[in-house]
Amino acid sequence: MEHVFDHVTPYIGYVYPNETDFPWSQLIVIYPYITGLVAGAFVISSLHHVFNIKSFAPISRFALLTALCFMVFAPSPLLFHLGQPTRAFNAVITPHWTSAMAAFGYVAGFYLCLLILEVWFAFRADIVAMSKVRSGIMGKVYGWLSLGSDDVSPRALAIDHKVARILSMIGIPAACGLHGYVGFVFGSLKTREWWSSDLMPVIFLLSAVGSGVGLIIVLYVIVSKFRKTPILDETMRGLLYVMFTGVAVVMVIEGLEMLEMVYKAREGIDTVMALVAGPIWAGMYIQWGMSAFAMLVTSALLVFNTHGKRLVTWLFLSGLAMMIGVLAMRWNVVIGGQELSKTMKGLLTFTPELFGRESLFTVLIITICPYILLVLITKLLPPWNEKIEPDHRVSEVHKLA
Amino acid sequence: MSIPDSKTEEAVALSRRGFLGLLGKGAVCAGAIVGAGSAIGASQVGSGKHAFQQNDQQYAEAVNNPPKIPEYNWNDHQWAMGVDTTRCIGCLRCMEACKMENSVQMDANHHRTWVERYVYLEGSSTALVDSQTDPKNIENSGSETKFRFDNRYRNVKVAKAFFVAKLCNQCEHPSCVQVCPTGATFKSKDGPVLIDTTYCIGCQYCVQACPYGARSFNQSRGTAEKCNWCYHRITKGLNPACVEVCPTGSRIFGDRNDPESPISLFIRNNHVQVLKPEMGNAPNVFYIGLDKEVV
Repeated sequence: MEHVFDHVTPYIGYVYPNETDFPWSQLIVIYPYITGLVAGAFVISSLHHVFNIKSFAPISRFALLTALCFMVFAPSPLLFHLGQPTRAFNAVITPHWTSAMAAFGYVAGFYLCLLILEVWFAFRADIVAMSKVRSGIMGKVYGWLSLGSDDVSPRALAIDHKVARILSMIGIPAACGLHGYVGFVFGSLKTREWWSSDLMPVIFLLSAVGSGVGLIIVLYVIVSKFRKTPILDETMRGLLYVMFTGVAVVMVIEGLEMLEMVYKAREGIDTVMALVAGPIWAGMYIQWGMSAFAMLVTSALLVFNTHGKRLVTWLFLSGLAMMIGVLAMRWNVVIGGQELSKTMKGLLTFTPELFGRESLFTVLIITICPYILLVLITKLLPPWNEKIEPDHRVSEVHKLA
Repeated sequence: MSIPDSKTEEAVALSRRGFLGLLGKGAVCAGAIVGAGSAIGASQVGSGKHAFQQNDQQYAEAVNNPPKIPEYNWNDHQWAMGVDTTRCIGCLRCMEACKMENSVQMDANHHRTWVERYVYLEGSSTALVDSQTDPKNIENSGSETKFRFDNRYRNVKVAKAFFVAKLCNQCEHPSCVQVCPTGATFKSKDGPVLIDTTYCIGCQYCVQACPYGARSFNQSRGTAEKCNWCYHRITKGLNPACVEVCPTGSRIFGDRNDPESPISLFIRNNHVQVLKPEMGNAPNVFYIGLDKEVV
């Protein structure tokens, strides 16, 4: 039958009439996904900057830039989703503080500023060096980027490092806050059984770390292949430890959440089970299958004490699996939560659109943008210590403090 | 100042002549309803998708130059609504009136009010539920703008059946207001939860948060939409459109500050319930005749 309204979501059982216009689409799936990648990448960067874990030194600045690039695009899915995007700043100008969403502008803005500041302090010595080496317009650009601060004496560099370290320290709770907050946006809604869980912020945070580490592993391997530089064994082992811990904890917590829901068996549990077996079954298989794959592989890599090429291959695959698994998890949470009707007597089946403002095409564009920005920004600010100035000025920076 | 209330109107003794006169008026009214029904069909054919949407000019005028009601003081009123499910016959004239009065999107997927049909078949302990949105009902009526339930249970044995009208509950603790990031939606002093459509950013967080599914999203305006008990009418002393057209008096409306208003009497004289009390929203729509299956 032809509908007057174009975006009717088909359903079974009984759902409230207004629910057939699906409120949050696939754009809201990638919003927590992208912020999750930011949080995960930042954690990797901090492991070196704050805790001084040497094995992460080669990738710590790259991870920092990755976090920045993804953070720049984190709000874009929300903007595309708003019915009145030109009024987006109403939430910042006149925030309604009982709303979790009102804090978004502040939380994201603060975190973006923090990332930009940390990047500047982490790269200042390089920027100054580049402004001296490069000529023409790029020399000028680096001159501007240095903001006139061209002191590269050991004392100045030590201050740089110290400030970057403090910013990174602030960044850890901020990253956790940013992502725990995204979990709160969903978990605090009492209306939806699938979201309304106290564990939601924790699950979002932990899976964020899992996907972020996965992203860094994947990018590190790909970039090293392109640059024809060796993939450091020590770094990969470090990433393996973080990955294993992340996957193990997130699988346990997610399992516990599911178990609690099933065990409590409140009214409508039949519909919850029908949701898992119905509209999101593929998503659930991908989420749990990919997590289990990453878990098994990282366990095996630890048990067999794998090194070298085999470690790179398998860790790359489990990193990729984790990225896909967490994306599926975001789908299952965001879309699944809405597919389970508020009546608890019906299920909707959401089908994403291919083209249009809120479509898979938009999602694709938004997802690609951070990678393009990362390519550009690594050209501007090369994060790889070994390629910088002949006198290894920059790699010294972190040893000075 | 006060608003004229139905109770203050002079009671008319129903003489034989008066009764016949009323019958005559009733016939005229019935004719008017039939006329309106066919008008919906005609205008829908004529003007395409949103037959009763205000046009942009009308909307801009309503938003930019809202009518002033100088003698209305919202501190003097506490509006509430009652639904007597035992009287509802599922004629859906309330849905139709609401769509026309408030220029709600004319499709089966956006409503400010709707009616649910609960049917227990013989031998079954759970109810079958449907509403006008059900494709079978639309197929039967032939159009999304003809509000009608189909007769699907005519060949089966029905043990129990009833209708439940739904609308915004104008909660005391509205989840939608709590989650609105801009404060575009707010609780007014006299009860209804209102939306400032010039300030709404269209994030639909309120649509998610409403436990009753009472909110929808107006695609053409990019803002949230909900029942406001016809705020433009009640502030002038009129009843909401759905209450006005209900032929069986199953919707009751009034001011709780007035102990003799229809709603005060309804609440006082009946054992009333609210929907989903466990949500803690403290709804202001009071029901009688609810069933365990009502969602």
